[in-house]
Amino acid sequence: MIELINQHPFWSAIIALLILGFPFGALLGFAAIKFKTEGDPIADQIEELLPQTQCGQCSYPGCRPYAEAIANGEAINKCPPGGETTINALADLLDVEALPLDAEHGEESVKTVAFIREAECIGCTKCIQACPVDAILGAAKQMHTVIGSECTGCDLCVEPCPVDCIDMLPIETTAQSWSWNLPKPVEDIIATDAGTGVAA
Amino acid sequence: MRKVWDIHGGIHPQQNKSQSNQHAIVSAGIPDQLIFPLSQHIGAPAAPIVEVGQRVLKGQTLAAAKGFVSVPVHASTSGEVIAIEQRVIPHPSGMTAPCIIVKPDGRDEWITLSGIGDFTTVEKSVLLKRIGDSGIAGMGGAGFPSAVKLSTRDDHNIETLIINGTECEPYITADDLLMRERADEIIEGSKILRHLINPAKEVLIGVEDNKPEAIAALQQAAEGSGIDIVPFPTKYPSGGEKQLIEILTGKEVPCGGLPADVGIVCQNIGTTVAIYRAVKFGEPLISRITTVTGYACKEQRNFEVLLGSPVSFLLDQCGFSQEDCTRLIMGGPMMGFTLENSDVPVVKTTNCLLAPTREEFPPPPPAQACIRCGMCAEACPVSLLPQQLYWFARGKEYEKLEAHNLMDCIECGACSFSCPSNIPLVQYYRASKADIRQQKQDNIKSDQSKLRFEARQQRLEREAIEKEAKRKARREKAHAASNDGSGKVDAVQAAIERARAKKEGQLSDPAQAAIEKAMARRSGTEATAPRDKASLEQAVASAEKRLASASEKLASAEQEGADTAAAFRVAVDKMTAKLEQAKTALTGFVEAPVTNTDSDPAQAAIARAMANRQTQENLSEGDKLEQTIASLEKRLLKARDKLTTAEAAGDDNASIMADAVTKLEGKLADANNQRANKA
Repeated sequence: MIELINQHPFWSAIIALLILGFPFGALLGFAAIKFKTEGDPIADQIEELLPQTQCGQCSYPGCRPYAEAIANGEAINKCPPGGETTINALADLLDVEALPLDAEHGEESVKTVAFIREAECIGCTKCIQACPVDAILGAAKQMHTVIGSECTGCDLCVEPCPVDCIDMLPIETTAQSWSWNLPKPVEDIIATDAGTGVAA
Repeated sequence: MRKVWDIHGGIHPQQNKSQSNQHAIVSAGIPDQLIFPLSQHIGAPAAPIVEVGQRVLKGQTLAAAKGFVSVPVHASTSGEVIAIEQRVIPHPSGMTAPCIIVKPDGRDEWITLSGIGDFTTVEKSVLLKRIGDSGIAGMGGAGFPSAVKLSTRDDHNIETLIINGTECEPYITADDLLMRERADEIIEGSKILRHLINPAKEVLIGVEDNKPEAIAALQQAAEGSGIDIVPFPTKYPSGGEKQLIEILTGKEVPCGGLPADVGIVCQNIGTTVAIYRAVKFGEPLISRITTVTGYACKEQRNFEVLLGSPVSFLLDQCGFSQEDCTRLIMGGPMMGFTLENSDVPVVKTTNCLLAPTREEFPPPPPAQACIRCGMCAEACPVSLLPQQLYWFARGKEYEKLEAHNLMDCIECGACSFSCPSNIPLVQYYRASKADIRQQKQDNIKSDQSKLRFEARQQRLEREAIEKEAKRKARREKAHAASNDGSGKVDAVQAAIERARAKKEGQLSDPAQAAIEKAMARRSGTEATAPRDKASLEQAVASAEKRLASASEKLASAEQEGADTAAAFRVAVDKMTAKLEQAKTALTGFVEAPVTNTDSDPAQAAIARAMANRQTQENLSEGDKLEQTIASLEKRLLKARDKLTTAEAAGDDNASIMADAVTKLEGKLADANNQRANKA
């Protein structure tokens, strides 16, 4: 036997590797079935970071599809509602460079909420069908209204309205929702700014 | 002397209390106008229950609490509600919020008050309700509804009740003066709180040792009451609730926890007095002690101010000079905020108005880079790492900020005060805290949106599946029927036959029926006569009935004077005529039951047709032609009319009509030709 191996070192090596290969292959194959992960965990994590407005401005039909696309290598800068914060969070998660927001898909703007001018509504239910989060209440030939707290401000109901009675109103800051702004970074202030108030 | 503990960090800024604590408290009086913001506390704003133009009395509820964490607002003097509108409120944003505006009538007329003589005999829930209804919110600064704070859960075993008389912030002396002048009320209030809370161990009143007069007054008042007055060394910010607890008991309130978690309830001095007055006399919270200080005011002192008084009203009484004042601050120099406008009212949490001169409060020198000296970390009373937080705040790294316990920051400003680079550290933390809170809210909302989106998606899918299933079932049914052969064919056959039978019936029956009817009539008038008589009688009866109902309607319409009365009258006339007709017909029938073999309509028609035929035959050919031409012309005219209307309407039939017209024209031409030939 040893003699045979010594005489055919090349073939014996190949055969030995093959013999080793089968059990290991079987083991890996078994593990792949036994420990199979359902869905795409990366896509789930990405979806957690997206703002869930379901607006489709990224050109995908909802946040989940975009999350899956990002997991498959799509650019991370196509979400205007999320803006810079979301891009930074995605860049952190995926360990890629944070790109500026792709202007092609829209710009980061103030948060809005849809408002139906109820006197003009004809009750066509088109906006109800367009709303991705079922935040519009109404029935055929009955006045519709937006549940403000559920509206994501995605804009999708404005287009289908045949009488243009839906406005996207910016969410107003009240004394309750108001907050301080970050002071100007130290390095931006020079000594001669003293007394102009910016230093405070 | 009782052992006191020390807190980490802290600073010793200049006290500046002696300017204002030399004079006794005076009443500020009644201003020209009182402004009551609906939200003067933490929690939901109150809802107005008065109307514009309504006269209100001193102590009357203007706005009721809305929700659990909310307190009502009361009128602080009698007068008239002149408006409920948006006004600038005392808030760092300088924004407007709904306010009730009252114009005082100067009579200062109270509502009827009913105090509780002996609070020990009253249920705790009654006392708590009284405190809540009196609009009492924490007067130390945060404005948390006191009744909520005092309704401790049963699982919290409260050992110590602490009354906070620290007043550690520079310049403010409102609580100092209150303790000096109204020590009895404070002690009485403490007793009420002790009765409510029922602490297992002790009641402590913590006072910094820079207020010796206050301590002496309290000690004298507290003699024999079992309430301990605990003086401790002065240091900012000892007056913070959690800091004071640590100083007096050595216990630390856990991160994110409440004092009740370590068996302690803490109340402010001012709140204690307000609770005393609410319980003892039934007086709601309508006034407070406010310090007016700073060298831009000639006279610096404490006032008992009616809530809702404009800040300018107080400043005017102190010889305030706008030119000297660099900025007007509500609250103290460490934690207060700048007011843009001196028309804002004094509210439940306004402990101080600070009007410093430029010399007193020089503009801060520009901030410089952080040199990592660590003085901020030494000053921080909560043992945070301010410089680390500063870098994270600048980088907007919210997760790291939270990991470094930014949310435990009490925003005391000790770090900014001690920073040699003048970095406004606390401003960074305030902004970051707000951002983190906002982010958390956004996360909750996005989770909710996701749920709703997924639910909708599922619903749509389910609907699609159901639709598909229905379609499939229908298709299968049809398929099964055709495969079955007989069933389907039979059904179709049956339908065809049914249709045919119907068609035949329609075609044959009426003619047959008519013929039969005619035959029957002709053959036996005897047989038909009784039937006709019966029908005639029926007609008379129904006509009578209809007449009766019509007259009734007319009568009611006339009574109501309706426009339809005329129409009803016409209808009634018609009915009468018809009835007459029917009656005559009936009498005629009865008189001459058998008259009509000759006057039978069928017979008559036949006779008429025969006569026509006769005349036709008698006519010459020329006459016949004339007749045809005339009729053709008539038809042509009609056809043209139709064509034009069809064309105007853009009807599809227009072309067919056009064809018909040309045909008719052709026929007419033929007829004309014939006539011409004849002639």
